[in-house]
Amino acid sequence: MSDAEQPTDDHVPGDDEFEPIQVFPQAEDMDLRPGADNCYKCSTCDTNCPVAEVDDEFPGPKFQGPEQWRLKRQDDHDIDDSVMKCSNCMRCDSACPSEVPLSQMHNTARGEYVDEQMSTISREYLRNRMLANYRKLAPLAATFPRTANFVMGLSATKWMGEKLLGITSEREFPDFATETFREWWTKRGGAQVESEEKRIAYFHGCYSNYNTPEVAKALVRVYEHFGYEIMVPEQSCSGTPMFANGMLDDARRAAETNVRELGAAIADGADIVASCSSCSMSLRQEYPELFDFAGTETVAENTWDAVEFLRVHEDLEGALEGTSVEDSNFAYHAPCHSRNQGLDGQTIEIMDRIDGVEAEDVGDSCSGISGTYGWKAEKYETSMKIGEEMFDHMEDADAETGLTECPTCSMQMEHGTGYEITHTLEVLEDALVGARSE
Amino acid sequence: MAIEDDVLVIGGGIAGATAALAAAERDARVRLVTYKQSTLRHASGLIDILGYTPAGDGPLIDPFDALEDLPEGHPYERVGAETVRDALSFFDDVAGDAYAGEHTDANALVPTHGGTVKPTARYPASTAAGLASDPRDALLVGFETLPDFEAPLAAAHLEAAGAPFETRGVTLSFPGIVRDDAKVTRYAHLLDQDETVETAAGTTTAREALAERVRSQLDDEPRVGFPAVLGDERADEVRADLADAIGVDVFEVPMGPPSLPGMRLEDLLYDALEAAGVAVTSGVPVIDYETNGDADRIDRVVVDRHGAEIPHRADQYVLATGGLVGKGVRSERDRVFEPIFDCHVSHAEDRYDWFVDDVFGDQPYARFGLAPDRELRPLDATDDPEFANLRAAGAVLGGYDFAAEKSGAGVSLATGYAAGRRAGEECGD
Repeated sequence: MSDAEQPTDDHVPGDDEFEPIQVFPQAEDMDLRPGADNCYKCSTCDTNCPVAEVDDEFPGPKFQGPEQWRLKRQDDHDIDDSVMKCSNCMRCDSACPSEVPLSQMHNTARGEYVDEQMSTISREYLRNRMLANYRKLAPLAATFPRTANFVMGLSATKWMGEKLLGITSEREFPDFATETFREWWTKRGGAQVESEEKRIAYFHGCYSNYNTPEVAKALVRVYEHFGYEIMVPEQSCSGTPMFANGMLDDARRAAETNVRELGAAIADGADIVASCSSCSMSLRQEYPELFDFAGTETVAENTWDAVEFLRVHEDLEGALEGTSVEDSNFAYHAPCHSRNQGLDGQTIEIMDRIDGVEAEDVGDSCSGISGTYGWKAEKYETSMKIGEEMFDHMEDADAETGLTECPTCSMQMEHGTGYEITHTLEVLEDALVGARSE
Repeated sequence: MAIEDDVLVIGGGIAGATAALAAAERDARVRLVTYKQSTLRHASGLIDILGYTPAGDGPLIDPFDALEDLPEGHPYERVGAETVRDALSFFDDVAGDAYAGEHTDANALVPTHGGTVKPTARYPASTAAGLASDPRDALLVGFETLPDFEAPLAAAHLEAAGAPFETRGVTLSFPGIVRDDAKVTRYAHLLDQDETVETAAGTTTAREALAERVRSQLDDEPRVGFPAVLGDERADEVRADLADAIGVDVFEVPMGPPSLPGMRLEDLLYDALEAAGVAVTSGVPVIDYETNGDADRIDRVVVDRHGAEIPHRADQYVLATGGLVGKGVRSERDRVFEPIFDCHVSHAEDRYDWFVDDVFGDQPYARFGLAPDRELRPLDATDDPEFANLRAAGAVLGGYDFAAEKSGAGVSLATGYAAGRRAGEECGD
């Protein structure tokens, strides 16, 4: 699939001298091997897998990665279809004490499974392709948002979605905004601040463009408050839903656009910031693991989480001292893809600086929706079982508003508890710039 | 700007967590950075101090008696017996009711999944009813789908080891588990959520179904031991419910990795860190450091976040990254080293001298690690501190063989406590 650089050994100084003898032939298409030999079968990854915890049928990340590679050494073995039960939460990565690139192996295996074993006219394939390429359908819906919201909300539409496509009728489709972020951005005349020194390119992703432009606007206002010139380059989907559905060709096309456009922004002196933790995860980790076109590394190295960037480059905590916000009690859930980037404690730390704000961490369980996963009729129940622990903790928390940085986690939080959910950037906007205005 | 704190602890196991808690007690602003999940998930959850002397004598009845005679350079010798006691009572305060054993200096004997008994100083409340010094008869229950605990064999071993009571082992099927290799977390979750399961007698809840199966096997034994899979989030409730429904005391037998008692201890420590206001950054490695002109002091360390290098600055640093398993100490073909600060690790030139042929022999590699002064500052090859503001704790330290001595958790606790307390004090100066 890819012969991209493998992150198998972490930053050990002076590693370069030892040249191992090449025992295995160079893989031509698909190779799960890099890192597989680091697995010493401690099974820690399995204990972190939210799917294995609730689904007796799922063999777990250790099987999907290193063990499956060993099976694959025998030519007549196909990829086991259980790989489609993996939700791509990537928790196994930080669980592994031995640097096995588990999620990379799962992405690769899923890719091969979909390419070679899944019929492209099957209902599952069509459904997955549609979910993974939500970005392709969204512009149409966004052109007629009220009609789209009305149609998607109809019980007949949901019934057909479930019967024809296997999309669960239990969930409410997220509303499309009446004005996309990019429309708003163009209408306001683009950047209002110009700066040679302080410049960022915003990777807004699909969701904050089509569904929650208020998050994207919050980012703009917070960054302009700190004097940043904001660029909004052309962009495609980050690829996360495509990796998760094994649609690696689709992901590659999207990544090519993103690397090219974001790379150009970096050449113009900007750092890349993202407001969605799955988008930043994708640009920072999955691209270099799966693709090897020019500039991938540069984009990865210069991509930041929006809040983290301000913490490192500005005195964000100082700026928040003495500020306050209207709504002040939050139940915070750290998305898996924040957790994996070392960002899970960040929002709580930042909220502590705002007067009167109480943000309670609702624990380390996965929310269970994992992007497109929880939308599939056959996965819905698993998704809700995984989320149960988080729902319980949210109900126990002294708050009516949920807080998270991941759009699909927020759907699940709302779905499971009925809480209203907001984004860290929206709270920062409220504290630093004042109540939201158009 | 760097992320700024008073004390920065690198490593998230018992040593790191204890160091962070001890430093926070001194009103320092503390951050703990941990890369991969700690190897606590491999740990039994037992807090042992010393079960055997370095010469192999034991099991020891009173570990504190033996602390005085440890060789120079052993981590306990470095911090002193008084600090070991202080650290243990510090742990008792953190653990509260979740752990038992503080009523005596003597080691408790906890039966393990192999039917051996492990001398330990503190043990989870879930294992309390199972102690080998308790004269009551016991029934051990294993499960067909959980081959790591062979109950009849463990029972026979316990008898052979001279336990002062009768032990019997039975193997049952676990209600609601079909798969041969279901994860331990699956068992725990089933019981935590008390999921609905199908049995021959109809539909019932997981706890009730399990109790029913055990009740029919009971032959007047007043206590029943299960492998340690009885719940995670709600383990106390699960155990109490089972004890009620079966009508006898229920205990857990610690298992090999991955281990729920280890995970629960991890949760307990991280809840304490949150309560103490310690900031925790996880999932990212510390890869480098910078000094600020003064080569003696670390000015900042660099955290790698998927390519972006995030500076973290503190006044004092504690290194608690673990040993060879946790990868705080690493080896290549021709060297053994500490990867972040490149602190000196003493070892033989020839790698064939790093081990002896007898697998259970006195392995030199088991003692690889940093040699610290009495303040736990790692020393360089000429016995001078590597840095004025760096201390080390836990398995990254050398000079002891925790597997042979049964001293892993105790050394982590004592050195973590000593290093964290000292770091917290100094940053106030």
